[in-house]
Order: sequence, then structure tokens, then C-alpha cells
Amino acid sequence: MWKWLHPYANPEVSYHFTNKLLPWLSALAAIFLGIGVVWALLFAPADYQQGHSFRIFYVHVPAASLSMGIYFAMAIAAFSSLVWQLKLADASAAAMAPVGAAFTAIALITGAAWGKPMWGTWWIWDARLTSELILLFLYLGVIALHNAFEDKNLAGKAAGILTLVGVINIPIIKYSVDWWNTLHQGSTVSKLGKPSMSLDMLWPFIICFIGFSLLVAVIICLRFRNEILARNSIRPWVRELVQKQNS
Amino acid sequence: MTLKAQSAQKTETLAENIDSSVVKATVIDSTTVENTVVDNNAQSSQQLSYRHAFMLVLKRDLTIAMRHKDDIINPLLFFVIVITLFPLGIGPEAETLSRIAPGIIWVAALLATLLSLDRLFKSDHIDGSLEQMLLSPHPIFVLVLAKIFAHWLITGLPLILIAPLLAVLLHLDENSYTALFLTLLLGTPVLSLLGAVGVALTVGIKKGGVLLSLLVLPLYIPVLIFATSAIDTAALGLPYSGQLAIIAALFFGSLTLAPFAVGAALKVSTN
Repeated sequence: MWKWLHPYANPEVSYHFTNKLLPWLSALAAIFLGIGVVWALLFAPADYQQGHSFRIFYVHVPAASLSMGIYFAMAIAAFSSLVWQLKLADASAAAMAPVGAAFTAIALITGAAWGKPMWGTWWIWDARLTSELILLFLYLGVIALHNAFEDKNLAGKAAGILTLVGVINIPIIKYSVDWWNTLHQGSTVSKLGKPSMSLDMLWPFIICFIGFSLLVAVIICLRFRNEILARNSIRPWVRELVQKQNS
Repeated sequence: MTLKAQSAQKTETLAENIDSSVVKATVIDSTTVENTVVDNNAQSSQQLSYRHAFMLVLKRDLTIAMRHKDDIINPLLFFVIVITLFPLGIGPEAETLSRIAPGIIWVAALLATLLSLDRLFKSDHIDGSLEQMLLSPHPIFVLVLAKIFAHWLITGLPLILIAPLLAVLLHLDENSYTALFLTLLLGTPVLSLLGAVGVALTVGIKKGGVLLSLLVLPLYIPVLIFATSAIDTAALGLPYSGQLAIIAALFFGSLTLAPFAVGAALKVSTN
């Protein structure tokens, strides 16, 4: 059943696969982000209560969701690296961590920028904000642990364990708005059945969301490629690649 | 058999021993004496029950701690001094102090635990006994649990005993004393358990001290939130069983899962 996946455990195969994937992903990301951002910022109707400042939500919500999604993906990679000893899974987790940290920071900053006119404060010790901040700390801890080890394999394993311990935070962030009645509004998009958002606003949001997801995929692919090259720099195929580039 | 032949055979068996260090049974006939020794070892280690192994490690760690008493006293002193700093910095008004007392006591407890964590595996890692523990036939879970329990007895328990005294200094609300005691009783083991994961990850790194706090403190935040919330609720005379239940859930969750993570991390760190 999983046999088609086996060749990708080879760094060289994975490297060429990411190479093939990249142009497609980047083109799609550019298209979706282009359409989504223009539609969201210029043509989508303004909110009747929040006016134009609600438009930051087209960046904020995808960033916040992706910050959790990337962590979850990292946890899956860490798990498969610990269980099946896949070295490439470590490389992918290492590639994902800084991207996730960046998106968590984006979510926090855009949230603060939105909170100032709406709530009248940059920051509030609300359950969701706090748990998102903890997520940022977890990301930074994972990155720090990656950097602390000389040996990349050891670093990957150690950071993987930390990632798995921290995964408990993800459901807490996700459901903090439901569990604690706090200032942060509940989810409007993913309500099952009927989203509590008008369709003129929902469509640009969906396109923006797909666009940002593709952007994340592109960045992770780029970083993953670099990780593969850095870890296999003494292999003959990497040397051939470099020689081809130079000639 | 001549003497030479015998010695040659011995060296052969020795070499094989080194080659297949895992499969001890491959030692060949002539060294029957060695064979029986190995067998005896295997038997005695099988007879050692989990409880026995747990008690042995616990006793060993407590004995070591008793011989280095300042390891017990120093984190405790740190705890006391940090708490005395706050009234000096903020001002001696009883109202302010009683308002912030739960947070101060808990934050100081977190930091004191953090300081004492280093000792959990460091010295064992340096003198090599940690690797011997990992090589022993007993499950790492039991040994790690014993070490963490010893750590809690040395650092967590004194903290709980001295906390009421400091609560008096900080004018903690009288209704909150039971809550403070219960949260510390359930919460400090969580600190030791989660901290052990961080120490196990950083024990192989030379300058792991700052990194350790970076890894462990975010994991401590839920305990801090619910513990201080329970104490605050108790001060208002309201039931705080909900927060206590969550801390208890954290305790049992980390009790069952953290030793696995510690074992895996130790294997990584000792390579």
C-alpha cells in the first residue's frame, strides 16, 4: 500500500521531486495570492461593524491556521522520523520550523494591529492569544534545539521529541475560543453547514487561504531542498550537481 | 592441551565477545566459568522486579542527594530569596501583596525547579552511570520514573513544606492555604516530570543551561495558569475543583507519557 512512497526515502529522488514540484507550486501560489489579495483588499464589501479594518483578517486567519497546521505537520514528520527512522523526515521538520515560527509571528502581529482599533489595545492576556504566544515559544525552542547540536541527525531526533511533547498545545489553541469565553471572537469560517459570513467575503477568503497554503508549501520546498543538499554535501550526486552548475 | 593453545582459545572467545556484545550466549565451551557468571547475571537481573529496580534507583539518588546537602538547600534558598525580593520591589502594602502572592509563589517555584533540574541527569551523564542504566535490562520507564520521583522528593517536597511560611509573609488570603497546598502537591510533580524531558534533551550539550529554560518554561505555562487561577478562586471563597481537576489531569498525563519521552531523549543524548 505504501510502496509508492518508499523511493522518496532516498534524498536524491526527493530532491528531484521537489525540483519538479516547485515551479507548479510557485505558479499556483502566485495566481491564487494575486487574485485573492486583490479581491479581498479592493473588491470585497466592508464589514458593517468593523469597516475596512476587518480586511486584515484575510491575512490573519490563514497565518494563524497555518501556524498550527505547520506545527502539526512538523509533529507528524517528527513521529515518522522517530518510529521509522526516516532521516528525510528530520530534514523536513527542520525546514518547517522557521516557517511556522514566522507565520505564528505574522498571526500575532496582524492580530495586534487589528486589536488596537477594535479592542482598543495591542495585546490582551486572552486564552487564544496566550496559547498562540506559547506556540511561538515552542517553535523557537525547537529551532534553538536544532542549532544546539553539531550532529544534524541527533538534532533532528532531539527536536522531534520536543515537537511531540509540545503538540498538546495545538488542540488547546484550536478550541480555546470554545472552551473559554474570551475576547477573541469565535470561528466564523469553519462552522459546519452554514458559515456565519456572507459569501462575498467568504470566496476571497478561501482563495487567500489556498494562496497562503501554497506559499507555505513553496517556502518549505525551497528550505527542504537546501536541507537535503546541506546534509548530503559529501555525496557524489550533490557534487555532480554542483559541477553542473559551475560549468 | 598446551598452555599456548589454551590462551589462543581464550583470546578468540574474547574477540567474539567484543564482536557480538549483544549475544552473550555465543561464548564457547572452554570458558565455562565465565559462562556461568553471565548466566547468573542474566538470572539475577530477571529476578529483580520492577518495584525492586525502582526502589534501588530511588535509594541511590536519595543517598547521593543526602551526601550533597547543598543541592537540596540551594534551590530552596533561591525560592525564599526570590519571594522576599518581591515585597521589597513592589512595596509592603498587604493588599497588593495578597493579590499577587499566588503568582509570585508559583513563579518562584517554577524557577527554583528549573535551577535544580540540571542535577537530574548531568552528574550521572558525566560519570557514565547514566549509560549503564540505559544498558541495563530493566525498562527505562521504571528507572527514569524513580529518578524523577527522587528529584521531586528532594526539591518539590521541601518547597511544599516551606510555602505556607512564605504565604504568611506575602499576606496570602486565609481561604487560599488549602488551595496553595493542593496545587503545589499536584503541580510540582508535573514540573519535575516535564522538566526531566528538557534535561534529557539537553544533557549532552555543553552549554545547555539557558537552552533548558527556553525549552521547559513554555511547557510549564499551563500548570502556572491553572494553579494560580485555583488559588485566586479559593481566595474568593468559590469552589476550585475544576482547576484542581485539570492540574490532576496534567499530572497523570505527564506521569504516564513523560518517562517515555525522557527515555527516548536520553537515548538521543547519550548517542
